[in-house]
Amino acid sequence: MNQMQNFTKGFIKENPVFVLLLGMCPTLGVTSSAFNGLGMGLATTFVLVMSNLVISLVKNVIPSKVRIPSFIVIIAAFVTVVELTMQAYLPSLFESLGLFIPLIVVNCLVLGRAEAFASKNNLVSSLVDGLGMGLGFSFALTLLGAAREFLGSGKIFDIAIFPEDYGMLLFVLAPGAFIVLGYLIALINRLNKA
Amino acid sequence: MAQKESTFLSMTLTLFVVTLVAATILGFVHDLTKEDIALAKQKAQEKAIESVLPAFDSLGDAYKLLPEDGADSLEFFPAYDANQQLVGTAVKTYTKNGFSGFISIMAGLSPEGDITGYEVLEHKETPGLGSKMGAWFKDEAKPKQNILGKNPSTTKFQVSKDGGDVDAITASTITSRAFLDAVVRAYKTYQASAEDQTQASNHTSKGGQS
Amino acid sequence: MIMEYIIIIIAAIFVNNIVLNQFLGICPFLGVSKKISTAVGMTGAVTFVMVIATIVTYLIQVYILNPLSLQFLQTIFFILVIASLVQLVEIILKKVSPSLYQALGVFLPLITTNCAILGVAILTYQKEFNLMEGVVFAIANAIGFGLALVLFAGLREHLDLMNVPKGLKGTPIALIVAGILAMAFMGFSGLV
Repeated sequence: MNQMQNFTKGFIKENPVFVLLLGMCPTLGVTSSAFNGLGMGLATTFVLVMSNLVISLVKNVIPSKVRIPSFIVIIAAFVTVVELTMQAYLPSLFESLGLFIPLIVVNCLVLGRAEAFASKNNLVSSLVDGLGMGLGFSFALTLLGAAREFLGSGKIFDIAIFPEDYGMLLFVLAPGAFIVLGYLIALINRLNKA
Repeated sequence: MAQKESTFLSMTLTLFVVTLVAATILGFVHDLTKEDIALAKQKAQEKAIESVLPAFDSLGDAYKLLPEDGADSLEFFPAYDANQQLVGTAVKTYTKNGFSGFISIMAGLSPEGDITGYEVLEHKETPGLGSKMGAWFKDEAKPKQNILGKNPSTTKFQVSKDGGDVDAITASTITSRAFLDAVVRAYKTYQASAEDQTQASNHTSKGGQS
Repeated sequence: MIMEYIIIIIAAIFVNNIVLNQFLGICPFLGVSKKISTAVGMTGAVTFVMVIATIVTYLIQVYILNPLSLQFLQTIFFILVIASLVQLVEIILKKVSPSLYQALGVFLPLITTNCAILGVAILTYQKEFNLMEGVVFAIANAIGFGLALVLFAGLREHLDLMNVPKGLKGTPIALIVAGILAMAFMGFSGLV
């Protein structure tokens, strides 16, 4: 597979959220605004790229039976790095993402890519895969966040599109997350078939 | 794909080494970010204090006082002008009566007890309803809901529905009640302590009050 | 005392339902909710691991991480504990109760990456619960998880027989149904 395809597959064709249905918890949990979605997406991208990088480097020295626990430790280490850095330099984003930052550890997407891709491919492919998947994830979260923010409060990235009084509050709340994601997946399915 | 054989020794050793390396790196990152994290927290607090008080020159020693109707103490941050005169006190106050429980608020009080400003620090109220409290009670265009410049001893800090002088947030009476509860708690605790230390016009003696 | 426990239980099951309100454990919620029987099995396994994990992580936090001020290693420790616990439970169950293992076995490996377990362990610490409250909190959350899962599985079984617009078949309609279920649970908000 050429690297360009490897990179772009994460956006629509194999989008981790819309097609593979991975990493649903943060997808639904933090997307009450486009900015939160983007922040979460980029944090996950960092963890994904770094863990893919390290795992493809050490894959040959790790005995296969302790493969998964070792991967988890590596991922957890990078998650903590993100956690500490964000707390120091982006405290307000850290507050709004809250519990979902440490929970990147159990994001099936990260472990899934480590196991399915990085542990079988070379360094460059793993890097490209991590970056593509991560950005595809960010793209999905930002799109979902923007849709919910727009429907719920009439804003996108805090820029008012129509007066807030006309917003449908439901879409910022929990049920809106499920419903908007449902329709977005239907839309992407349609695009993929066409 | 060449992978090592899984013997007990190799497995234990690998896991141990991986964990050790991870922990060492984290220790290093932790050391690196520790100061910035503390700084960021302090900055957030200072920013909240600045936004609820009129312009001031320096902050005095913070102190804690127990309110008469709560188990957790409130934090007080006195602020002084260039002549060491008290310009106001920021009070970190709370309520547990919110629609979703706990709400934490930074309230600014002038030396006379007028509300100079407030900032909602933490809440879990419904987005778009209760969460409006961040702007609702300081809308100067709407005197019936604005609490800035008012004093709880002359204005009745209760929602109009309960016979008070403040209009509640539309569709969020419970949040509004809780909000006013937190502000009044700050005011009452502040007044009680001010009566205790009428002689303390000089801020140096204030630190030991709690 | 008892009152506090009841508040924790009601809040965790209905008001802040772990799946429909906190968005934890969405993967199994969507993945194993096609049939009521598998949903019940999954709930059993989750309850089991969640309670043990909460107890063990609580002890590690209070007696190891806090005294040594190693709080920044929380994530890495907790996930390691949960991963090894799941393995351990699997091995013990296989030996001690083969029938239970048969019922829960297939779900156990899925639990390591169930963010509900890690989420509840971290929340127990963040909410400053003591050990007993933590256990009650874990059990209540497991029940909340089970309730959401079984309700949803019941709805999905019916959904199979419905005439759904072509584009919405499968996951999309399931998510929309979950949204309506979450809306129903919103009725509980403000209860405690």
